[in-house]
Amino acid sequence: MLGKIAAVFLKDLRLEWRSRETLVTVCLFSIVIIFIFNFGFDPTREESLRLLPGLLWVAFAFSGVWGCNRSFATEKENGCLEAIMLAPMDPGIIYLGKVLANLLFILVAEMVVLFLAVIWYNLPFKSINGWLLLVVFLGTFGYVAVGTLFAAIAVNTRMREVMLPILHFPVAVPVFIAAMESTAGALRAQPVAEYVDWIRLLFSFSIIFTTASYLLFRYVMEE
Amino acid sequence: MSGESRSLSSKLLLLLVMGSMPVALYMAFIYAPEEASMGPVQRIFYFHVSSAWIAFLAYFVIFVGSLGYLIKRSPKMDSLAHGAGEVGFMFCSLVLITGPLWAKPVWGLWWPWDARITSTFALWLLYASYLSVRHFFEESGRSATLGAVVGIIGFIDVPIVYFSIRWWRTHHPAPVILGGEGSGLDPQMYTALWVTLGAFLALFSFLLWQVFTLRSVEREIFSIRRRMVILASK
Repeated sequence: MLGKIAAVFLKDLRLEWRSRETLVTVCLFSIVIIFIFNFGFDPTREESLRLLPGLLWVAFAFSGVWGCNRSFATEKENGCLEAIMLAPMDPGIIYLGKVLANLLFILVAEMVVLFLAVIWYNLPFKSINGWLLLVVFLGTFGYVAVGTLFAAIAVNTRMREVMLPILHFPVAVPVFIAAMESTAGALRAQPVAEYVDWIRLLFSFSIIFTTASYLLFRYVMEE
Repeated sequence: MSGESRSLSSKLLLLLVMGSMPVALYMAFIYAPEEASMGPVQRIFYFHVSSAWIAFLAYFVIFVGSLGYLIKRSPKMDSLAHGAGEVGFMFCSLVLITGPLWAKPVWGLWWPWDARITSTFALWLLYASYLSVRHFFEESGRSATLGAVVGIIGFIDVPIVYFSIRWWRTHHPAPVILGGEGSGLDPQMYTALWVTLGAFLALFSFLLWQVFTLRSVEREIFSIRRRMVILASK
């Protein structure tokens, strides 16, 4: 099973490596969002610590939704989705492979954005600490777990670009709350005990929704 | 189920609604004592809370219908889920309309972002996303399956949303709120609340039954029409 997941994952990776479209657009989209927001705030350093968690996750949410969408939109061309469904394996495996690929692309883009945000908002580089990275990882995982399932649904509509956030954001509300709260704690280098509950929530959310989506994916793919 | 027994159940439910609604109005407006600090505006509480509970209950019905549909592939289960989605959305909207009407005179705010308002709003958005899936896939005939998937994910999410918003609120200072309606209700107020809830449950069942029947009739018409097309082409 792991080999099959890896096959789907590596296929997406190879595809991405040839165009690099998802990575670049997700990254640029996040940067543009942060740039635009900047005009509304013009923050001091203390204020930017207060605003940045929300700002970062809004940027991640909008660019991430595009990344999830993209992973099925490319499959839709030339009937690739039908072809991949012919593979003699559980459709859930396609889901898991796609989740891993989306997770990787979005995480790489997020790392770039995080690095730039530290420069733009004049924060010390040590504010990108291990806990922050864990929070970003778990938050993105939970986000992508549902996003990938819903992208497979939204790809079948004419308005998939707007359909996906409408479907996905209400479900991802716990991810946003927990990720924003724990990002704030990690950026301020607060003791972990103060926000560890949010990290637990992110972890549980990711596990619950990866399992549920894995089980439900076969119904989404049947024609 | 035959058409006759369908309309009989519909009539019985209608009678139940027509019988219980005046009683609920009497209980809420006359029987229940006036709340000391909030005055008459507090009486909206009976309808507000009843609608809120039914909004949560209806999402559970979506879940049961969705799960049933995925397992059994029975169109009836699908009609149940879809009907609960539409009727539940209406009750959830009622909560969000009656809430501000009550909050403004009492707290001076239309929309204090406290835990319950925020989580009800999140529930409303979950309803909206469920119904938009149902709508957008109506033509392609995949509305039932995809709706079921979204309904199940949404239902699993409801308690997680609810508790995460509660935790979030306890981390932030909540806006000034008078005691909360759960703290020490007058026994007469409790009675009035249960009666209103009962009447609203009857209304919910009646509306759900109407939508359910409507969908079944639609399906029957569709299959009759298809049979006629086949016959005509022979």
